[in-house]
Amino acid sequence: MIRHRRLLLAVAGSRRGGLRVGIDLMSVEAVEESIRVHAGRYLRRVYTSRELRDCATSGGVPDARRLAARFAAKEAAMKVLRAGDEPLPWQTIGVRADRFGRPAIELTGAAGELARRRGIEALDVSLTHEGPFAAAVVVAQVCDER
Amino acid sequence: MSADTRTVIRSVLREHARLPVDIDTLGDDADLFAAGMTSHASVNLMLALEDAFDIEFPDRMLTRGVFDSVSAIAAAIAELSGDGEPSATGGGA
Repeated sequence: MIRHRRLLLAVAGSRRGGLRVGIDLMSVEAVEESIRVHAGRYLRRVYTSRELRDCATSGGVPDARRLAARFAAKEAAMKVLRAGDEPLPWQTIGVRADRFGRPAIELTGAAGELARRRGIEALDVSLTHEGPFAAAVVVAQVCDER
Repeated sequence: MSADTRTVIRSVLREHARLPVDIDTLGDDADLFAAGMTSHASVNLMLALEDAFDIEFPDRMLTRGVFDSVSAIAAAIAELSGDGEPSATGGGA
């Protein structure tokens, strides 16, 4: 609750700031098919090495459910970034566990630069998967968009 | 860009874009995302186009506009093949 109050106060103190929400739903089967058809090329072009490590089963096989949740997070993040037609390689938006083990969005390269231009000061993410679907919600705290 | 190239593009779209409509019902300038192609399907489309045309899309071309129509894809392939004007949004003929 304290965390939420601080966030609201920070937003109230900004004339042009606010919260922005992005959501995305992903088919687990679509990720399974991409792995089956394009294998390593698909994995390397879309996911960070950290994501691939975090989403590997104990046998080293990619877990499509967890990868689908991360793809949903990338798409949800692109929505809060209002990426439009900006060139954003998928690996520049990644999900990693923070020091408490909770998922967090990590922006690098072009995505990090776009976030700065959009005035995004903080991001949070929530992931889920159930049956054939995975989903993610990303919330951004935005101040003084440039 | 030749008619053959567009035929190959349509074939790749049919196989990899997971469109809910028949690609043959869409014109070359029709918006593929508006027709139901998802962002994830556009990844598969990109990888399949790379295989079909022996090219690699650089980071600067990883935009929605490059993959949003048959014409836009054709223009991007022409550029990457050294066979056309630089373009990210189509118009190649």
